[in-house]
Amino acid sequence: MTLDGPTLTTLRRRAFDLRIDNLTAIAAAGSGHPGGTLSAMDILQTLFFVEMRQRPAEPHWPERDRFVLSKGHAVPALYTVLAHSGYFSRDLLPTLRHLGSPLQGHPADFLLPGIEASTGSLGQGFSIGIGMALASKLDGDKFRTYVMIGDGESQEGQIWEAAMSAPKYNLDNLCVILDHNKIQLDGSVVEIMNIEPFADKMRAFNWNVLTIDGHDYQQIAGAFAEARATKGKPTFIVAQTIKGKGVSFMEGKVAWHGVAPNKDQLAAAVAELRAAQALIEPADQGGHSGPVGGNA
Amino acid sequence: MAGDGTPAAVASRDAFGDALVRLGEIHPEVVVLDADLSESTRTRKFAKKFPERFFDMGIAEANMLGVAAGLSLAGKTPFCCSFACFITGRFDQVRMSICYSATNVRIVGSHCGVAIGEDGYSQMGLEDIALMRALPTMSIIQPADELETAGAVEYLVEHKGPAFLRTTRQKLDRVNKDGYVFQFGKGVMLADGKDLTIVATGGTVGPALKAAALLAKDGVSARVINIHTIKPIDVDLLAKAARETKRILTVEDHQITGGLGGAVCEALADREPVRVRRHGIPDVFGESGTPEALYQHFKLDAAGIAAVARDFVAGR
Repeated sequence: MTLDGPTLTTLRRRAFDLRIDNLTAIAAAGSGHPGGTLSAMDILQTLFFVEMRQRPAEPHWPERDRFVLSKGHAVPALYTVLAHSGYFSRDLLPTLRHLGSPLQGHPADFLLPGIEASTGSLGQGFSIGIGMALASKLDGDKFRTYVMIGDGESQEGQIWEAAMSAPKYNLDNLCVILDHNKIQLDGSVVEIMNIEPFADKMRAFNWNVLTIDGHDYQQIAGAFAEARATKGKPTFIVAQTIKGKGVSFMEGKVAWHGVAPNKDQLAAAVAELRAAQALIEPADQGGHSGPVGGNA
Repeated sequence: MAGDGTPAAVASRDAFGDALVRLGEIHPEVVVLDADLSESTRTRKFAKKFPERFFDMGIAEANMLGVAAGLSLAGKTPFCCSFACFITGRFDQVRMSICYSATNVRIVGSHCGVAIGEDGYSQMGLEDIALMRALPTMSIIQPADELETAGAVEYLVEHKGPAFLRTTRQKLDRVNKDGYVFQFGKGVMLADGKDLTIVATGGTVGPALKAAALLAKDGVSARVINIHTIKPIDVDLLAKAARETKRILTVEDHQITGGLGGAVCEALADREPVRVRRHGIPDVFGESGTPEALYQHFKLDAAGIAAVARDFVAGR
């Protein structure tokens, strides 16, 4: 599958709006994990605006595709994409991490439409996604399930229990994406506890494995299409990403794993993102302005 | 039936396994997960009857609990089974994936207590009630006989929210009458008395009833209450017993910290504070032995419970 020109342009331009809203919310909260939200953002946008069958106005539609954010600390990115998709008002975003807000510091599924599982203790969302995929198989395979895990998260033993179990059930309705941004809280993943060669490990576990640039919309959408076309095996996408992607002073920096930008840093980030966005000509009327997921 | 006409004793794991098969027929949404213990937890009958709804997840309990959570979030009613001690070993998965994700997973922890015998401490569920009790939304049920187990499993198919069902390896004497109806959250008074109330749960209910008969011969009148639902606990029934008998003796095959005894103390402290003696595994590890030898050693057989009750009533 290839995205057409207007769609691609709309996705690329919206990517800046999403990053700005995301960082603004984290700054308003005064705490959070900006680096891992920016590395995940382009994949999340592609899921919700291109790939998944969703009905934001009917969030409990039984046949909706499911998304589980196993790396729960990146949830501001997911909140932002959900708000832009129409699940709830963008006005909620600045309430992130405030007392009484449904936008908890890590996902709580019973508080907010579009959040499919409560995560934040690493390693657990992968298994939950497998359960959803199994349920779908029992009911005639009416929806697909997507899970995003982190590379630091993959040091958890449960990830490997889960990796072992999905191929047993031939879950070709399951697609797991690794946000491979190569940095965790204490330093680089290679130094803290190396997980490479990750793709080889997953191949050895009997997965259909794809490796892509996690910031290239054509590659992301193409990988999801290939996952959908693959029968008999679950698909694992190793998405090579950049921690802090889009904000020059955050990119590749361990320090931005778990610290919110202050007022000046936010202003600098927003200025940089707006300037980059201005370099992309808006799409013609033919471009998509809202979610286009499947036949939803 | 035994030769004398009394019903045969049945382990609650067996009653659970049979009930699961019956309910599987009526409820297509019921699915079962196990972690390589289907012969021991008694889910094998369900596995044979409904292979497409049974998932043996291998010796990987953390993943099993998460997969059960996902099945529930997508509309199924999972019964997720292992030994109670191996479930509590994955407490964070129960806390996050099952409770905080607002699922309807039913965890079945079998092989509870020192009554499993020879396998020893590593296989004994002795801290599971304490841990499960601390989790918001979690309900805990421990049936005392075959009838109660069948009723509890039937109830759990419809229950909203996560639940923990504690089952035994050992056979349990019938303590309830024919036609017994399981009522979630309600304790059951099995014998009346005025000198003290023995509050028991699961495998200790049968011995507690026999202890009351022994005490009667010594002129001690013991009320016996069966608490099958440990959370939410029947505070009204306990407060009434405290008011009327002044002494409460809790009896459980579980650590005395945080289990039934803890739950009863917490409930009564605010409503009807009286003297409570917590009897069970006294903050020590279990050990290998025959179930009978272990119940004698820990004073959980009828004679042992009666002796503890006599001391309590005598002010010792």
